[in-house]
Amino acid sequence: MMDVTKETLEDLYTQTLKVRLFEEKVWEVFGRNLIPGTLHLYLGEEAVAAGVSTALRESDWIQSTHRGHGHVVAKGADMKRAFAELLGKKTGSCKGKGGSMHITEFEAGILGATGVVASGLPIAVGAALSAQLRGTDEVVACFFGDGASNNGTFCESLNMSAIWKLPVIWVVENNFYAMGTPIKQMCPSQSIARRGEAYCIPSQVVDGNNALKVYKAAAEAVERARNGEGPSLIECQTYRKKGHSRFDPADYRPEEEEEEWLSRDPVEIITNLAIEQKALSKKKAENIRKQLQEQVDEAAEFAINSEHPEPEEALEDVFAEVA
Amino acid sequence: MTYREALREGLREELQRDERVFMMGEDIGKNWGGAFKVTKGFVEEFGEERIRDTPISENTIAGAGVGAAITGMRPVAEIMFGDLITLAMDQICNQAAKMRYMFGGQTSVPLVLRTVFGGGKNIASHHSQSLQAWFMHTPGLKVAVPAFASDVKGLIKTAIRDPDPVMFFEHKLVYDKKEDVPDDEYLIPFGEAKIRRAGEDVTVWATFRMLHQAIEVADELAKEGISVEVIDPRTLVPLDKKTLIDSVVKTGRLVLVTEETKTGATTAEISALVQEEAFDWLDAPIKRVNAPDTPIPFSPTLEDYFIPDKKQISNTIKSIV
Repeated sequence: MMDVTKETLEDLYTQTLKVRLFEEKVWEVFGRNLIPGTLHLYLGEEAVAAGVSTALRESDWIQSTHRGHGHVVAKGADMKRAFAELLGKKTGSCKGKGGSMHITEFEAGILGATGVVASGLPIAVGAALSAQLRGTDEVVACFFGDGASNNGTFCESLNMSAIWKLPVIWVVENNFYAMGTPIKQMCPSQSIARRGEAYCIPSQVVDGNNALKVYKAAAEAVERARNGEGPSLIECQTYRKKGHSRFDPADYRPEEEEEEWLSRDPVEIITNLAIEQKALSKKKAENIRKQLQEQVDEAAEFAINSEHPEPEEALEDVFAEVA
Repeated sequence: MTYREALREGLREELQRDERVFMMGEDIGKNWGGAFKVTKGFVEEFGEERIRDTPISENTIAGAGVGAAITGMRPVAEIMFGDLITLAMDQICNQAAKMRYMFGGQTSVPLVLRTVFGGGKNIASHHSQSLQAWFMHTPGLKVAVPAFASDVKGLIKTAIRDPDPVMFFEHKLVYDKKEDVPDDEYLIPFGEAKIRRAGEDVTVWATFRMLHQAIEVADELAKEGISVEVIDPRTLVPLDKKTLIDSVVKTGRLVLVTEETKTGATTAEISALVQEEAFDWLDAPIKRVNAPDTPIPFSPTLEDYFIPDKKQISNTIKSIV
C-alpha cells in the first residue's frame, strides 16, 4: 500500500472541505433565489473530486459533468468566477453563458462541464490523444456517473482509450441513481468496474466517501498513465446528500439506505483520518476551515455584487473571428 | 488535376506544414486510404500516428476531434458517409458548435470534420443524403461546400487553419471532376462566393454536382439567347450574401438548385434571405430545384428520378425568364 505524506492528507482535507463549503454556500444563495435555473449539487460526493484532483498536477486536465461544481473547485478554478457563473453574471468564468451545468475554467485545466450525460467521454479521449501526440506526460481525468455508463459513448470511448493506451483516468461517480432510477434496474451486473475490465482496462471499486482511498487509486492510475501504460477506471461508490437537482427531494430512496450512507460523511472521514495520522491538529483544521469559509463567503459576495451581462453580449463568442 | 487529387494535395501540404495536424477516421489508413481513396498513401508518408484508423465509433471520432482541438491539436476527423453523421450529432452540434460560446470564449474548437455525401451511386438511403442544411442551422459551425478542384484545395487549407469547427462536405460524384489547379500554395477565404459564369437574365445559385450541371445548362441556354449567371457559394457559413444579392439586383431573377430534399433545404433559407433583402428587385418568383421529400431510393430508375437533372434546371429557368 502506498505511503501518503502528511502534506497530502492535509491537501485532501482542504480540498474535501473546500468543495463542501462552496456547495453549502451555493445552496444558501440558491435558497435566497439568486441563482437562475437549476442546480445539481455535489454535496455528499466531495471525496471523489478531492481525491482525484489531489493526485493530478496543475497541467493535467479534467472533464466534468452536469454535477460539476465540485470538480472545478477542487481542480483549482477561481471560486469567485465560478460562483459568479452560477449567478449568470458578467464576471462568471463563462461570462454568464454557461451556468451551473457548464461551469468551466480552461486555465485551471478544465476541459468543460457538459449538460449532456456521457458526452464528456469522447472529449476526454481526444484530449488524452492530444497529450500523447504532443509528447507530454499530461493526464486526463474524466468524471461521469453510473448512468452515463449505459450510454454508447462509454463503450466507444473506453475502447478507443484502451487500443491507443491513452493517458485517461475514467472516474465513475457511482451514486446508485441515474436521476431517480436505481442502478439495480439499469445495469445487470451493478458494477461499472466489471464493464471497464471488458475493455482490458485495469478497474477497481473504491469507497468514494473516503478521499484518501480515492486519492490512492487515482495516484496509481496517474502513474500508469504517465508511464504510457494506458487508461484506468476507478468506480467511486458514493451518495448524493440531496436529490438529483433543484426539484428533487429524492423521496424514492429507502430511508435505511439514506441513513447508512449519510452517516458516512466525507468531510468527517477525512478530518478524522488526518487528525489520527497527525497530519493535522484540531486547531489547524479549524484554521483551514475558517480560511476556506472566508474565501467562499468572498466568492459569494463577489458574485452577488457583480454586474449582469449586457443583453447584446448574447451575440458574442459564437466564432473566434467575426464572420 | 481531379478534385480528389487537389483535396489530397491540400491535406498533404497542411500535414507537412503543421505537425499539430493529424487525421482520424474509419479505414483512412493503409489498407484502404479512405473509402474514396482521398488519403491513399498518407500512412506511408506521415505514419500511423498522424493518419489514424479508428474503430467504428462515429460519436467518439467527432468527440475525440473536439478534445484534441481544444488542447492544442488541429484534427481532421472523417465520417465515412455523411448519413452516418447522425451518429455523431451530439459531439458536433452540442459540443463542437457550442463550446466556445457556452464557455464564454475561453476556448476555440479548430476541428475539421470531413464527410462525403450525395446520391448517384445507387447505394440507397443510408449512403446518399445531403444534410448541409442541418449544420447551416446550427450556430457555431462553419460549413464548406467546395465543388471544384481548385476550390477544394484552397478551402481545405483554410478550414484546417480556421480556429472554429468546420463541416467540410465533399460530393462523391465530384471527386473525379478535373480542373487546373495552381501549383503555388494558396488559400481561399471563407465567405467569398465565386461567380462561375457571368450572365444578365437570371441568377442560378447551386452547389456541388448541381453546380456543374447548372453551368452546362447555362452554356446551352446561351445558345438560345438566355444569359445565365451561375453563383457558387463555396461556403454556406459564413455565407457571401453580397455576391448573391448583387447578382439578383442585376438579373431580377433567381433559381436555387441543390440535391437536397426540398423541405427545409439550404435553398429554402437562401430563398427567404433574398426575399427579405432584394424583394424590390425581383421580377419573378424565386424558384427552387431540389429532390423530392422522400428517402433516397436504390434502383437506378428511381434514383435518377429522385436527383434533379439538367432538364429540370433548364425548364425551371425558362419558366421565369
